[in-house]
Amino acid sequence: MAEALVGSVGLVAVAIGLAWLSCAATALAGGATPVVAGLRPAREGVRLLRQRRRRTVAADLHLWRAGGWALVPSSVLMLALVPLGSRPALTSDVGVVWANALDVAVWAFVWLLGWGANSVVSLVGGYRFLALALGYELPLMFALVAPALAAQSLDLEDVARAQSDLWFVTWMPVAFLVYVIGVLGFSTRGPMSASVGREIGGGVLAELNSVDLLVVRWGRHALLGAGSALAVPLFLGGGAGPWLAPWAWVLLKAALLTVALAWTAARLPTARPHLLMQPLWTFLLPAVVVQDLLVGVILVGGR
Amino acid sequence: MEILTTVAFGICGLVAVGSGVLVFVFDSMARATYALALAFVATGAALLILQQSYLGAVVILMMVMEMAVMAVYMVMFMGMNPALMPMSMVHSHRAALGSAVAVFVVLAAGALLVPWPERRSAPSEEVTRDLGNAIMGSHMLVMLIIGVVMAATIVVGVVLSSARTRYDRLGDDLDGRSAERDDAGRGGAR
Repeated sequence: MAEALVGSVGLVAVAIGLAWLSCAATALAGGATPVVAGLRPAREGVRLLRQRRRRTVAADLHLWRAGGWALVPSSVLMLALVPLGSRPALTSDVGVVWANALDVAVWAFVWLLGWGANSVVSLVGGYRFLALALGYELPLMFALVAPALAAQSLDLEDVARAQSDLWFVTWMPVAFLVYVIGVLGFSTRGPMSASVGREIGGGVLAELNSVDLLVVRWGRHALLGAGSALAVPLFLGGGAGPWLAPWAWVLLKAALLTVALAWTAARLPTARPHLLMQPLWTFLLPAVVVQDLLVGVILVGGR
Repeated sequence: MEILTTVAFGICGLVAVGSGVLVFVFDSMARATYALALAFVATGAALLILQQSYLGAVVILMMVMEMAVMAVYMVMFMGMNPALMPMSMVHSHRAALGSAVAVFVVLAAGALLVPWPERRSAPSEEVTRDLGNAIMGSHMLVMLIIGVVMAATIVVGVVLSSARTRYDRLGDDLDGRSAERDDAGRGGAR
């Protein structure tokens, strides 16, 4: 019981840490000095917490709040699947499927966030997210197939262990690329951030303020961090590395990928959802299917 | 431990049935849809308790995804006002209620009254694989063919129902020269 409590607190701490890095990297990419960028999460947090909570007329308060407050728990659950060196907090023989299920749950949460506010711009943002989600999710699912196929297991521990010779990212770069696009998708960042677009007044964020906005912002950054952390056992060799302990390598790799992704995403323009659909399905989806086929061929040939 | 498992299974069942009932009680398409999603998540959790970890995870994954998409369609197409306003979730509800209760009673009675066989061997290591074999083992060829036919039907259905195709966007020769000039959206199939 005590162990579970310590583990949960640790996971929340990791979710805060990775979200902090993501937020700071985003601010840095936006032109802030390193000190200002590093303090940005704290400043924003304090600023938001001092606001009085507002609500809109005839909002569906239950669905609205449920959608917003569920983002951080989803990211914490994602982090719980990551094997930190030895065992993940939540062991499962189908960890890859759970990772997928959690990122799909974000579909529901972001749409609910858009729906619940009873506001046009929010609703537009919610619909935009689903349009994008249809685009990135199918390639993402096929991208998750590649490491699972290579490891012959859906268990994230087995997947991490199967990379003791060679990291999967080296011979499945397309799957990794598609996975990373998926992470930007479910954390609504960079090119995939149309659902929170500035031209629709913040989209699903439009009517939020105070602690409700804080948890949604935290959730979006934490989802980017959790997606990056999941990439470590999936593509980046898990805890493999010299000198440091495995858990330290997992966290270090997750932190580096979080910063790289958040910084890059913040430097890229937002893509319009209906223009993204086509390259995602007619180019990326076949590409990742070919990637899966190649992995299968290499596996059979290597026997 | 066994008692805890039974209690957890019972809770999952109650949540599933309870939120299933709520689907018809709510007056909002969004709430009804996500009540249904909750019912499916509880069903997935019940499968997890039966140690069908893959099936449980997949049920939760697919059903949350499906409900997220279904909510869009429900709001679009259900009701005269496109379901943005409160509306009743039932029609001809006396007959529906009667038949639903009758079916539930028959199924529940069946589950309780059927003389289930005693287990004679140890539980298998790979329950998911065994369940798949038990359901589809002898019909694998049929399942494979039906799968392809269903996928083809979906694609054909979408093609037939789409008002604008790549020929509208890019012209008869697909070279973009004779394309419609007033295509503000520019998205979609090319």
